[in-house]
Amino acid sequence: MRSGRDGAVLSARRLDKLGVPIAGLVAIGAGLSPFATFSANRIVLGEPRSIFEALGAVGGGLTLVGLTTAALVAVLPTRPLLRLAVSVSATAVLMVMIGRAGTHLTPPDVTLARVSPGSGFWVLLFALALFLTDSLTRLRLSPVQRLVGLALAVTAMAVLLGSGAWDDLSILKEYDSRAPEFWREGRRHVVLALGSLGLAVITGVPLGVACNQSPRIRVPLLTGLNFIQTIPSIALFGLLIAPLAWVAASVPGAQDLGISGIGAAPALVALYAYSLLPVVSNTVVGLDGVSRQAVDAASGMGMTARQKLLRIEAPLALPVILAGVRIVLVQNIGLATIAALIGGGGFGVFVFQGMGQTATDLILLGALPTVMMAFVAAVGLDAAVELSERRGAGKRTP
Amino acid sequence: MIEIDAVTKVYGEATVVDAVTATVPSGSVAAIVGTSGSGKSTLLRMINRLVDPTSGAVRIDGRDTREEPPHVLRRRIGYVIQGNGLFPHRTVAQNIATVPVLLDWDKRRIAARVDELLELFQLDPAEFRGRMPHELSGGQQQRVGVARGLAAGPNILLMDEPFGALDPIIRAKAQDDLAAIQKRLGTTIVLVTHDMEEAIGLGDAIGVMDEGRLLQFAPPEEIIARPASPFVERLVGAADRPFRLLSLARCGDLAGPSAASGPAIDADTSARDALADLLWSARDAAPVARDGVIVGSVTREALEAKAAGPR
Repeated sequence: MRSGRDGAVLSARRLDKLGVPIAGLVAIGAGLSPFATFSANRIVLGEPRSIFEALGAVGGGLTLVGLTTAALVAVLPTRPLLRLAVSVSATAVLMVMIGRAGTHLTPPDVTLARVSPGSGFWVLLFALALFLTDSLTRLRLSPVQRLVGLALAVTAMAVLLGSGAWDDLSILKEYDSRAPEFWREGRRHVVLALGSLGLAVITGVPLGVACNQSPRIRVPLLTGLNFIQTIPSIALFGLLIAPLAWVAASVPGAQDLGISGIGAAPALVALYAYSLLPVVSNTVVGLDGVSRQAVDAASGMGMTARQKLLRIEAPLALPVILAGVRIVLVQNIGLATIAALIGGGGFGVFVFQGMGQTATDLILLGALPTVMMAFVAAVGLDAAVELSERRGAGKRTP
Repeated sequence: MIEIDAVTKVYGEATVVDAVTATVPSGSVAAIVGTSGSGKSTLLRMINRLVDPTSGAVRIDGRDTREEPPHVLRRRIGYVIQGNGLFPHRTVAQNIATVPVLLDWDKRRIAARVDELLELFQLDPAEFRGRMPHELSGGQQQRVGVARGLAAGPNILLMDEPFGALDPIIRAKAQDDLAAIQKRLGTTIVLVTHDMEEAIGLGDAIGVMDEGRLLQFAPPEEIIARPASPFVERLVGAADRPFRLLSLARCGDLAGPSAASGPAIDADTSARDALADLLWSARDAAPVARDGVIVGSVTREALEAKAAGPR
């Protein structure tokens, strides 16, 4: 009786808490949902295909074995390094196999047929991504190690795309027919997101410093920026059309600078307006958090206001300011898709074209790169924030 | 020499410092005591112009402090504050080197000066140079704070509650160390504290402040024996007066020729601690030793006479 109860406790403790839902998701993704969908052309609704239908007996069998192994390793109390190795390999297998599904399902000589990842694939990808992130968290990697990992993941993705393994998937067929457009809109997307961020940092950090030094402008400025933040993004893009059209028409030379009611200019202005609050408020909060004694000591020992700001306050506030930059960058990469609505370009162009044509693959061609860019920006800047905290020695003297 | 000449500071309606005049001779320690809000910190901050007086003047060695830009003035004056105010993102060596770097000393001179100061404050340079402030104990942080204040060899050191964040045992040690270093370097110190015992222990002169006014500025003996107002008397603590007087005297100075038995008391021990020793060991007299040699003895009678106030 006693040993039975102990055994029950032990076996319950032996199961990994996060591993159970991961394994559940793998089971759902592999068993219940279609792994891929097949359609005769890019507009009609796809028909579901299971793993075996999509990959054949051998490929499907191997994939299932791999997924089962991953689910088992996730459920059992295994070492973080093993979990990482298994989750990385399983993700790699999944990525390769979806490409093979494209090749396997596409009938020869039929150029119009489309094979897309099905809901099962996405559920599996989500489960494995969860598994992978959890393993990485358990390994407690240093910021530099995380950056290396990110670089490796980006390289692996590039190799996969470059090898042609995915060429029979619908999203790459959409890409093939508009490659130059893809890269042009991609560049535009980056310019919109980074340009508005750059403007926000160049103007927002000095504004934050000014707020910190004179409380009189602090409340009105932060209230104003807060108000802008509450305007729905589509509305703000629209609201800017009239004033910028007026500027373009009445200020000499404005048109030559590319300013007009629609296009990149209002998009950049709107993204900039949204970026300002996180940058300014994080600068204010960061500077407020600098130990008063340290600032008093700096003045008392003969630092000028400028030396005090550059040598003491700015480095100590840097982690918080960088956290604001991270918020803005991730937010802007996402928001920049809406710029397409007012002719501003960016990956949103494909999203809105796809919505217009009810072509899901085209929507994905715009959405997936956006998501990946946001992800890379988030991981990269998180590492930067942590590095700057280390330099500033996390703990502050009371 | 610091001359504070009818200095007043008014913030809006409130007069924080009210026509204070005092002179701190070179090489002496002035302790400013008062309750919080008495204006003692503001008075201190007017010496290095962290606060500019509404009226009146401060002269250092005869020169009005307004003759040079404040940041230049401050680099000549050491500054140590409560909770030490070390820069958390800089190493111990970088913290200590703050003013020398501002003064553009060359690198070798700065490194040598940092090591010299660390040794002066009993911190092994090789071990502590590269540490971050949060890796130090409270007492070590405080020592680095004072070392930083002294880095460029200032004639004057301003200290605002420098021992406020330390526990009593470390505080007593830090006070003794400061007294020894002050004696060795001959620095003029103005120290703000709310602790009368600390003021009596360290000050050659004590200034008592209340509501912005300097009520009395005099040597400790006089503050204890002849308080200028009931407030000063209260701050000294009427019941503690005899013991405070005793704490100012060394037992070696009270030693007489008579013989005594039992363990000897060191000549540098304060008369207060000597009396405590006699009371505890139930003796009427004890031998006094200087450097291990008996030089006489101290009696309860002599100690009690020293504790008596003016008649």
